[in-house]
Amino acid sequence: MDLLLDAVVLGTLLGCFYAAVSLGLSVSFGLLDVPHVAHPAFLVLASYGVFFLNDRFDIDPLLAGLLITPLLFLFGLVAYRLYYETFEKRGSDAGVRGIAFFFGIAFIIEVLIILQFGVDQRSVTASYIGKAWRIGDMRIPIRLLVAFAVAAAMTILLSLYLSRTFMGRAIRAVAQDQEALRLMGANPVWIKQWAFGIATAVLGTAGALLIIVAPVDPILDRAYIGRTFCVVVMAGLGSMTGTLLAAIILGVAETIVLTLFGASWAPAISFAMLLGVLAVRPQGLFGRRS
Amino acid sequence: MSRSSIRFWIGAALFLTAVVLMTQLIRNEYPFFAGYVILQFIVLAVAWSILGGYAGYVNFGTSAFFGVGVYTAVFLFKATGAPLAVQIAAAAIVGALLGFAVGLVTLRMQGIYFSIATIAMTIIIETTVTNWRYVGGAAGIQLQRPPVMPPFDTYVQMLFFVQALLVVLTVAIARYMQISWMGRGLQALKDDELAAECTGVPTLRLKVTACVISGALMCAAGAPAAMYLQYAEPSSAFNLNYSVSVLAMSLIGGTAHWIGPVLGAILLGTTQQLLTVSISSEVNVLVLGVMLVLFVVVAPEGIIGLIRKAGRKRAGDRA
Repeated sequence: MDLLLDAVVLGTLLGCFYAAVSLGLSVSFGLLDVPHVAHPAFLVLASYGVFFLNDRFDIDPLLAGLLITPLLFLFGLVAYRLYYETFEKRGSDAGVRGIAFFFGIAFIIEVLIILQFGVDQRSVTASYIGKAWRIGDMRIPIRLLVAFAVAAAMTILLSLYLSRTFMGRAIRAVAQDQEALRLMGANPVWIKQWAFGIATAVLGTAGALLIIVAPVDPILDRAYIGRTFCVVVMAGLGSMTGTLLAAIILGVAETIVLTLFGASWAPAISFAMLLGVLAVRPQGLFGRRS
Repeated sequence: MSRSSIRFWIGAALFLTAVVLMTQLIRNEYPFFAGYVILQFIVLAVAWSILGGYAGYVNFGTSAFFGVGVYTAVFLFKATGAPLAVQIAAAAIVGALLGFAVGLVTLRMQGIYFSIATIAMTIIIETTVTNWRYVGGAAGIQLQRPPVMPPFDTYVQMLFFVQALLVVLTVAIARYMQISWMGRGLQALKDDELAAECTGVPTLRLKVTACVISGALMCAAGAPAAMYLQYAEPSSAFNLNYSVSVLAMSLIGGTAHWIGPVLGAILLGTTQQLLTVSISSEVNVLVLGVMLVLFVVVAPEGIIGLIRKAGRKRAGDRA
């Protein structure tokens, strides 16, 4: 019973962290319908950016994450423009080649990271990494608590941004009806480009959390394809609070399986859940589409 | 038999004769080592394009089928010491069953959902094999090759010949699929699935058939890899690099005609062999990724598309 309680508490914290790394995909894939298979690769790339700043200049990882955010935003703008010009604009058959395009980008990023940083695992140093907080018998790593707090803040900020600001509402509008937006005199492409920029920018902090929670290696993105897409699809495309709930479900499920069957089964959990959701309820648990 | 069929089978016979002559005349082992990999990728790429090219379903699960082929062979060899031909046949059957299961579960999904589901399947199967002690688990398993059969001098030469047979078989099947009513049906559902269904194309049955055939051939291509490497390990047998390589080869060659993936596999496979030897395997993957992105952006119809465009232009100049 204690083990189960442990698993639920740790799983919830882990789940919030998964929400943080999935939020960007929830915007780019969930709202904009971009088949962004390279999202986890962008995430790992951001982690290596944080690693570089931390390793070279001894900057706190979370601060480093914020520092690279503007850079990532620009990167996102460029990436979407490229995608739009080559696929969305041309229309037909964009699906097949769009996916191949992002898959190729993901592989290029992987190799560039390997060439630059090697295949070894990398981690960051900060005062709160490695310590733990005890409540009774339970031992909660501080790094998970940090991830939890930051992830919760990110989710709240992003949903406020999407529901309260002009640009945020425009992004949700473009997701609902692009044509209508055009008729209102707004440029849907620019709004989508902006949204993709935001989706990439939040990876700065998410990447910092990724490397705070555990060491990263260049091909870590493969495991996170399952986790991020599982969360976003389960959430129902584009719902931020749904993303948080779905991520917590995934986190708890992973932790329980980890406790009961051992770590070697862990990689399959998110993918199995993803497959299950896709097969049974493709519109997600908290979906916007019916 | 039509004239193009006769030409095709003459070509296939010439190809196999050349392969047999190679094994009898060339003493150096290296061409067979390298050539085997290229042939293997031809089978995988052509098999991939049966579903991915004709029907337009981007399958990222190539590595799942390949790995299942490897491990079917490993299991049979360890359990019964079955000969190579039995290993390959069994792998094809397992692959067909897996393709059938995958088809039923995933083919109702479209676009990226199908692709993601096939990645999911890959990781799930990989994790299962990793936890399967009998075939070595995560640590992998060593295999001792049995003695080679005449007329071949070495086992690698025999594997090279076997893979060449698989190439002919795969291309023949893909070619048949392409020119028969099935190819036209798949083409129709690629363009517009709903319209195809409405005009009486049995879309689900066609897709599942394509998935079964494609899966069986990919598994068959994977089976000899166990004996080729004399070693099997889950993380390399199910490596996503296979999926990307095969995807890249098919798209770079062009998927409208069976010759496309063959060209793509020869071109990229040869480049990879040269790069792996001369530079490093990382650069090799980098080149692969860059070429994939470049072709997808600049030449969406692949090499075939470029050739056809050049042909049309020449025809236009003449007129």
